[in-house]
Amino acid sequence: MGATGLATAPAGGKRRAPRGRLLRPARTFEQANRRLKWAMLAPALLFVGLMIVFPLVFTANLSLTDAFGAVNAGKEHVGLTNFTDALGDTRRFWPAVSRTVVFTVGAVLLETVLGLALAMLLRRPFRGIRWVRTVLIVPLLATPVAIGILWLLILDPTNGIANHLLASVGLPRQEFLGSVGQSLPTLMLIDVWQWTPMMTLLLLAGLTTLPDEPEEAALVDGAGAWQRFRYVTLPMLAPTLATALVLRAVDALKTFDLLYATKGAGGGSDFEVETLNVYAYGLTFDYQEYGLASAVLVLFTLFIIGVVILMRRRGGGKNA
Amino acid sequence: MTTTTGPAPSAAASRTRRRRIGSAAQVAAVILVALVFALPIVWMLAAAFKTNVQVTDPSVGLWFTPTLENFRSVFEAGQIVRSMGNSLLVGVVSTALSVVIAVPAAWAVGRFAMHRTASVILVARIVPAISLLVPWYYLFAQMGLVGSYTALVLSHMFVSVPLIMWIMISFFAGLPVELEEAAQVDGLSAFGAFWRITLPLAAPGTATASLLAFVFSWNNFMFALVFADERTQTVPVTLFNFISYASTDWGGLMAATTLITLPVILAALLGQKYLIAGLTSGATKG
Repeated sequence: MGATGLATAPAGGKRRAPRGRLLRPARTFEQANRRLKWAMLAPALLFVGLMIVFPLVFTANLSLTDAFGAVNAGKEHVGLTNFTDALGDTRRFWPAVSRTVVFTVGAVLLETVLGLALAMLLRRPFRGIRWVRTVLIVPLLATPVAIGILWLLILDPTNGIANHLLASVGLPRQEFLGSVGQSLPTLMLIDVWQWTPMMTLLLLAGLTTLPDEPEEAALVDGAGAWQRFRYVTLPMLAPTLATALVLRAVDALKTFDLLYATKGAGGGSDFEVETLNVYAYGLTFDYQEYGLASAVLVLFTLFIIGVVILMRRRGGGKNA
Repeated sequence: MTTTTGPAPSAAASRTRRRRIGSAAQVAAVILVALVFALPIVWMLAAAFKTNVQVTDPSVGLWFTPTLENFRSVFEAGQIVRSMGNSLLVGVVSTALSVVIAVPAAWAVGRFAMHRTASVILVARIVPAISLLVPWYYLFAQMGLVGSYTALVLSHMFVSVPLIMWIMISFFAGLPVELEEAAQVDGLSAFGAFWRITLPLAAPGTATASLLAFVFSWNNFMFALVFADERTQTVPVTLFNFISYASTDWGGLMAATTLITLPVILAALLGQKYLIAGLTSGATKG
């Protein structure tokens, strides 16, 4: 088809051949809009270049120097020293890595299970679902710092309602955020409270796109509710689930506001909730260790990218 | 959106009973879930209207005589009002600039299926913001911009530009190209077709994206913590300072958190459908 007269326009569709489309419109549109396309993209690309790509290169470069103290102080290249320092640091760096992993895996797993259950529960519209949805999006949209403060009040070891409720059903009082051991699990639970709705909404959006027929067929064949869910709905929902998992995991890895608002700089007196993000923040703005901080951030960024690639490969998510 | 309940056609009479039992359990579960997510927020709203003695006495619960004392003291201190003004200013300006940049770019990406360009821009959703804070701080400090609104607006755009693009790409991809083609055949320029035909059609999507971008700017803590000074401080930083300086004034704290959460709750009540569409957009596309 390409050899016929139709394809004679020399510059025609460099990347997008007029596959299947025989007549003018598609190609004319593409050609007429080629210059416009780049003009429309230019400001965004410029912004991304100046505010994201250039800074990332700057950070990568800074990680190879001994930058410290004042921002206009001289700095020298020290090779990979910062990286070996960070990777050899078992007091702050590695514990921060493990806290980041524990927090993310724990919180996201719980959010996935609960989010899926909730999505199935809310799947069929019912009277009042509007209110339930409204209740679900408030935690998502509320200011994380405000959420942190709110939970500080609820979980206050002596005056909080949480311990009051525990005591009223005969359970022992807890220290929650007041203790070194319970702080991270408590914050994971707060994260679960705040972000399970996100999982639910993403999965609900996925559920509404699924066809009804396979489930009806399974029902006719006598499959029980669990079997229909496990062998029909869940496999069809897998792509959405994979995307939702990646989105949530990336955000959970980067959690900062909640941790910093409730436990302050360094993640508490014993660094008990110091994740990589909190650690890197402290290195930068409390200790002015720009070189070392940059090395930690390069490692952190590579780690997140690695996680995303790994999850997408295994989950088969194909979203852009 | 599918309709009504259940697997309608195949539902035999024998199933009705089981479904009714199921739905009673379902109602109970739904109410429980709603309570779990709503009660903490209700607790916050209630605490804002309690005296300081009542706030720290859990047995008071939700039945008490409300007082506006906390709000009065918060407003008298003044900082919160200034901060809300700052948050509003930074949120509106950064969102408006982001719309101007991101909507046309999203059109180009969505219309021409430029997935590689899209992924470059959307990398911004993956990169930890803090890894940009260091170089931004370096640059802004040397330009004397730390503490300025400019630094705040630019940093907030790091969140809103990719967010708006993310939402709008799928929106534009869903608009039929034929409309633009027809407009161009009828003599509009390429840009004219975008401006007069596509953009008005994209208004609902743009509104959703802008609302979300504004909310995330309103909530942003880390950038303001670094770049704001006393004069340009935004709401989350003011709240954070409240914890460190007045940790015992729970009533005041809750009044302040209520004040800054109220706009978000209002948005959730009014624009629930659009906000959900925006939050989940892109997640189900193949």
